[in-house]
Amino acid sequence: MKGARRSMLYIPGNNPGMIQHAPVFGADSILLDLEDAVSTGEKDAARLLVAHFLKVMDFGALEVTVRVNGADTEWFEADLEAIVPCGPYAVRVPKCNGPKDVQKADAVIKRLEKEHGMDEGSVMIHAMIETALGVENAFALASCSPRVDALTLGGQDLTADLGVPKTREGAELFYARSRVVIAAKAAGIASFDTVWADIGDNEGLLEETRKVTGLGFTGKAAIHPGQIEWIHEAFRPAREDIRKAERVVAAADEAKRMGRGVVAVDGRMVDAPVVKRARRLLDLAALYLCETEDPS
Amino acid sequence: MCSGTARAGTLESSDCLVTVGPGSGVTLEYTGGNFFLFRRRTQAIVNEILEARAVENAFVSIQDQGALEPTLRARVETALDRAFRKKGDV
Repeated sequence: MKGARRSMLYIPGNNPGMIQHAPVFGADSILLDLEDAVSTGEKDAARLLVAHFLKVMDFGALEVTVRVNGADTEWFEADLEAIVPCGPYAVRVPKCNGPKDVQKADAVIKRLEKEHGMDEGSVMIHAMIETALGVENAFALASCSPRVDALTLGGQDLTADLGVPKTREGAELFYARSRVVIAAKAAGIASFDTVWADIGDNEGLLEETRKVTGLGFTGKAAIHPGQIEWIHEAFRPAREDIRKAERVVAAADEAKRMGRGVVAVDGRMVDAPVVKRARRLLDLAALYLCETEDPS
Repeated sequence: MCSGTARAGTLESSDCLVTVGPGSGVTLEYTGGNFFLFRRRTQAIVNEILEARAVENAFVSIQDQGALEPTLRARVETALDRAFRKKGDV
């Protein structure tokens, strides 16, 4: 599946050992973090370290995003100046409260692309929603620039903003998660759920990831390499769903060959969105090297 | 002019600790388990960075814990940036 984005592993931007080993952890994408994972006195060091790795390291199929410091910080522009010319897939802008935060990044990135002879629009933006105001502006954030490629939810900061504890069950995030997913879907972009902070509770991570997958999130953040396999497991399609998707796709392909517009599978009529969903599910199943042909 | 001593990096595996301070001419002190394997590489990188910045007088110490080239470059540049900030900042 091209561009799988089930997992996004956070890697501290000032940790060369973690950065150089990033491709071996098995994540679909990584986030090199210049923000919360880097202390105030090391911002300059992390910025240069990430920039140098981006210039020379082959990350293979990994999608590489860099989280810069917020638009309201003294490091924001310096981060973009150092990182954008190195051509990451995307820049994540934290604490986006409204379109102005994204547009500020958009303007700087646009200038840098021009100055460095890069194609305009080559560096995408991930808008991170971590405040109640950001949740309220979710669709505006998702649709305010063609660079916005994903919405991401920051659960720790959001619950702090709401003044509530972040619980294992996550009821306090249900509304925000739903809002982010709907906004992202409406804008036709991806959505990443927040991290699971308890690295000793992988069953909890699996349960939560299954819940957010059910809501429609396209990916989930990981803060430890050991969390990746659990996130991927949550995205694994059920065998019976794969079989059904195969029948749907086969019937749709046959109908197209025969010039028929209507498809019936298992006695039920199937329309275009169902076929599209079935194709997507088979693409996802291929990631797990599932045996998709019925041996009988 | 190098106004003081500054450091960048760590002694963790895959990193290096770079110290830059005032000197007469350029002096490189390089230590680490891979000294014989990487001393020429390290010397060349340090020379290249110093020349690009027109630094003619500096003492550079590198304690190498197995840093790859991008790490080495980043740490040397960070230490130089810090050392060459205005007095009082280092």
